[in-house]
Amino acid sequence: MGRKLLTEHINVEGIETFEVYRKHGGYRSVEKAIKTMTPDEVVEEVKKSGLRGRGGAGFPTGMKWSFLAKPEGVPRYLVCNADESEPGTFKDRQLMSKLPHLLIEGMITSSYALGANTSYIYIRGELLYVLRILEKAIAEAYAAGFLGKNILGSGYDLDLFVHPGGGAYICGEETALLESLEGKRGNPRNKPPFPAVQGLYARPTVVNNVESIAAVPVIVNDGGDEYAKIGVGRSTGTKLFSACGHLNKPGIYEIELGLPVEEFIYSDEYCGGIWKGRELKAVVAGGSSVPILPKELILKTAAGENRLMTYESLSDGGFVTGTMLGSGGFIAMDETTCIVRNTWNFSRFYHHESCGQCSPCREGTGWMEKVLHRLEHGHGHMEDIDLLVSVAKQIEGNTICPLGEAAAWPVAAAVRHFRHEFEWHVTHAKEAAQPGAVYRPSGVLV
Amino acid sequence: MESTATKPQFSEAAKAEIARICKQYPEERRKSAMLPVLHIAQAEFGGWVSPEVQDLVAEVLGVAPIEVYEVSSFYTMFNLKPVGKHVLEICRTGPCMLRGSDELTQHLERITGAKVGGPASEDGLFTLKEVECLAACGFAPVVQVREKYYEQLDTQESVDAMLSELRNQVHRPALPWEETGLPNAVANN
Repeated sequence: MGRKLLTEHINVEGIETFEVYRKHGGYRSVEKAIKTMTPDEVVEEVKKSGLRGRGGAGFPTGMKWSFLAKPEGVPRYLVCNADESEPGTFKDRQLMSKLPHLLIEGMITSSYALGANTSYIYIRGELLYVLRILEKAIAEAYAAGFLGKNILGSGYDLDLFVHPGGGAYICGEETALLESLEGKRGNPRNKPPFPAVQGLYARPTVVNNVESIAAVPVIVNDGGDEYAKIGVGRSTGTKLFSACGHLNKPGIYEIELGLPVEEFIYSDEYCGGIWKGRELKAVVAGGSSVPILPKELILKTAAGENRLMTYESLSDGGFVTGTMLGSGGFIAMDETTCIVRNTWNFSRFYHHESCGQCSPCREGTGWMEKVLHRLEHGHGHMEDIDLLVSVAKQIEGNTICPLGEAAAWPVAAAVRHFRHEFEWHVTHAKEAAQPGAVYRPSGVLV
Repeated sequence: MESTATKPQFSEAAKAEIARICKQYPEERRKSAMLPVLHIAQAEFGGWVSPEVQDLVAEVLGVAPIEVYEVSSFYTMFNLKPVGKHVLEICRTGPCMLRGSDELTQHLERITGAKVGGPASEDGLFTLKEVECLAACGFAPVVQVREKYYEQLDTQESVDAMLSELRNQVHRPALPWEETGLPNAVANN
């Protein structure tokens, strides 16, 4: 049984209230930080912990914090990225709705460390009911003196607000999120300048994922060194994985980084194996934007060792034989899954969500969707397969934000690992176009 | 598009909520309240934002109407055409598709008589809309109706239960800012 640092109390009755949360040790990190530590000491602990951004990019959080510009007399902001929209990822929603005070505690401690006096939680618009839960919890924190003027008599002031989005995946990209928070279309900004220098309202800003901020209280309470002892190598601490697709027990699991992928899929403690007694076919391990891997490669690394749930092991072998930990959105597909159909579905998603600012992404995502649609529906040609790879390559690296790569990688990886299936869709177009038709290596239709 | 004969006006409760929200941003950055105010407007005026309603939002925020139009047309949650009493937003993205969202969509079209992307059902009760990822992949397939998620709609019974719950809502549910006793999160006012 792995240690649970974030979700230890998630099933305690009434844990969403200040009173119960406080009884279980809540808000200790705020007291410790504000009363006994300087802001720089808090940043130092986060650096020592080795915590890496849990939203997908995996950039060291403490280092990101230390980049924040601190000109005299200029306000700076902490913005929590709660715009969880990556297909396969649904951890932050659960965390916020069940443990709202954990996020709020993390926001207060982090804001203190960064010297921010106003902070925002930008939550995706679909989660208005979670916004109400957070607002209620924030009001409780104000009433208890943990927010507002002169927190715990320290002279430190902080206001915390929740801001809803309007239904746009692109707003999960940090600069698009800031544009959206300013009341505009979510078009990503060119970098540099980075948000750490010119972020919200052109002021220095840190943008962190919900789960990263929720880890800060644990790090401050126990110390960065203790946190860094958990995990493997540079993958320290625990991570929430949201498991979905064809699993017996889909759901959210907090694991210590380093658990073998095989154990995560098959053990009863976690996903409990593949549903309906079927065979696993492929896995998308870190949200829809990361490369898909067939069963053999997700269980073993390029070196033939057990693949582990760590940033390094999942990407072992690069994009030829590896994938990414990403946001932890773990999508399992059983043997009856049509990879072409699935890739088309993901492509449709990225086409729909492209903000349209950069031509390669705006045009390329639509082009890939169109080609995949005709392959799936029995009107494809052999040349289409290479065309897909070529379009994907032309998007990659040619856009302002990473949505381009996010759209290109799943297509390139699907063709790399399941080319035979795409070819079958051309050679057996009529059969492939039947609803529910799936390629099997034996050539038998299921 | 339909035009309303008289200029739309926010209710007193909505006005109070808008005033509360505007205090969350620096005085000179009132435009930041755009998305929250559009959400309120959509809930107040029948589930969609007509050009007149968007003009009202512009007036409230002190911005040019075009600044509202360019935002409302960018974000998929804002309906720019009239909708039925209940908008069923069916998630169609990967994980939901793996657990049967395509079949769910067809089933809902059959039962309600409405078509995805089309006008509301003849009884005016349901509008069907397919949306991308609702961040509930582990509980797929999923439909969102207003602020509520209906999850694991993979059986006839679960779908029937959802529809009968919606059909039996004679009055629309109270909007959060209409309820009394909503905690006020702003301490410094």
